Amino acid sequence: MSLFSTPGPAGVGEDCADDSRLRDFAAVFFRNRMAKAGIFILAVLIVSAVFAPLIAPYEYDEQDLLATLEWPSREHIFGTDEFGRDIFSRVVYASRISVMVGIVSVTIGIFFGGLLGAAAGFYGGAADDVVMRCIDVLLAIPAILFAIAIAASLGPGLFNMVLAVGISSIPYYARILRGSVLSIREQEFIEASRAVGSSNIRILFRHVIPNCLAPIIVQGTLGVADGILYAAALSFIGLGIQPPTPEWGGMLSGGRSFIRDYSYMTLFPGLAIVITILALNFVGDALRDALDPKLRDR
Amino acid sequence: MLIPVLVGVAFVIFVLLYLTPGDPARIILGTQSTPETVKALRAEMGLDDPFIVQFGRYLFNVFFRGDLGRTYVTKTLVTDEIMSAFPQTLKLAFWSVLLLSAVGIPVGIVSAIKQYSLLDNAVMLLAMIATAMPVFWLGLLLILLFSVHLGWFPSSGFDTPMSMVLPCVAVATPSMAVVVRMTRSSMLEVIRQDYIRTARAKGQKESVIILRHALINALIPIITIIGLQFGVALGGAVLTESVFSIHGLGRLMVDGIKMRDYPLVQGGVLYTAFAFSVVNLFVDILYAYVDPRIKAQYQRAGGTKRTAPSR
Repeated sequence: MSLFSTPGPAGVGEDCADDSRLRDFAAVFFRNRMAKAGIFILAVLIVSAVFAPLIAPYEYDEQDLLATLEWPSREHIFGTDEFGRDIFSRVVYASRISVMVGIVSVTIGIFFGGLLGAAAGFYGGAADDVVMRCIDVLLAIPAILFAIAIAASLGPGLFNMVLAVGISSIPYYARILRGSVLSIREQEFIEASRAVGSSNIRILFRHVIPNCLAPIIVQGTLGVADGILYAAALSFIGLGIQPPTPEWGGMLSGGRSFIRDYSYMTLFPGLAIVITILALNFVGDALRDALDPKLRDR
Repeated sequence: MLIPVLVGVAFVIFVLLYLTPGDPARIILGTQSTPETVKALRAEMGLDDPFIVQFGRYLFNVFFRGDLGRTYVTKTLVTDEIMSAFPQTLKLAFWSVLLLSAVGIPVGIVSAIKQYSLLDNAVMLLAMIATAMPVFWLGLLLILLFSVHLGWFPSSGFDTPMSMVLPCVAVATPSMAVVVRMTRSSMLEVIRQDYIRTARAKGQKESVIILRHALINALIPIITIIGLQFGVALGGAVLTESVFSIHGLGRLMVDGIKMRDYPLVQGGVLYTAFAFSVVNLFVDILYAYVDPRIKAQYQRAGGTKRTAPSR
């Protein structure tokens, strides 16, 4: 609950203040209909990822060679692919990969990018210069191409794909966090903390970083969306998940050659991506509105 | 600032190539190679030299000879391969950025003027959906609708104006949504300023207020975002080309990935990063033309120290 609190010595009354702040936040957040829809869709996504074996009517690699390339019907609500595998089951199983890639890649990005950016912004001077010049270089490579370059270097596979997507997002988080740290560093409560003799590390982790959480949470939510899109792109061009493991981008790549006669094969995995990204963007935008009153009514 | 960034990018790409598992000499020679021939080729390619020597040679070759080595599979020069494909990718990215600016800015302005109207809400919702679509999927959908069902546009190629429409729309759409949103929010901020009210009070025509007073002052963030979208468009072009069978860098890189021909992939990334850096430089110069304050800043700095414009 310390997420939205101004830092200060722990004491009486803090919990109470936190509660009302959280209630404020929740009130603004849930007033947004888009946010409610987004949360609902994400809940469905997570449930389907966790309980995939219970929800999917077939195994993701279960082939039925007597029922290949069937249009959606009652037995196969999304149809079947060229091996007679049930597309609905594969879309459900693929949500596992997407949820995982999204969360893990953002964690990698926020952890390393955040540390770099926070250190650069907080210590300033030479450290800032060095970090920021490196970030400039990385930002000069278009993000998806950077991910492609890393993934090509690491080779295909789930773990490498997550790593590639995560690493390619580091410079963006570093830049955002540096900006927030710079604006907070100059505020009076930091000076006050310094005056009572807090160490740099304590100021950074106890006072500066907790106050940067709002932009990180917003960016992280939107970053999950980017991570899922990038993962789909990497799988689409053959660098990510390898068949037969289902992944939405990989399924699109597989359905591509059948687009003229069996368009449903490309339709459903793509829709799954769009709906997921939409939900994440809705939630991200609503979080931004709720956490940053300055941006409301834009 | 451009040169150090380019050297830095080359360094990143070199490190990625260096870390790629597998011995390049062995890959080039194939499975029938003897240890002796592999050893000889390693020596010839300088693969046994220290990291820093190899990087120095790579830098020299890239910047002074335009040489990125040979591909593993066809043994042709990577630079030649890229040079034959890159113009197509640049063309696709360029026209996409033109398209997204030409549509995105006006739509964003109208959306800002009519804030919270039905039109504005519809535009915002469409923009939301557009940003959520993977470019390659959008490309597939466009082919399905406009070439398979309606037969209006060809589904492949990039030579005639008609064949350029679908790929450009696919690459431009997600970025267009970003530009619309940025234009809208930037305009909204400017429209609330006092000098806009002053302009209205003195009876200035609304069209002049919006275009001459508001848009000019809202332009810096819009230019910034369009510059960034060029990078997105390059990436989008790489992903979309294979969908439309365009013989560009994306096709080359996807083929390179399939054949494990990594110098080709990394070379492609290097070239796009270079192109993107040059565009960023132009964007920085463009700031000075749009905003006299930034121009003054450049002049005060005497052209020696680059003072970063606020972004």
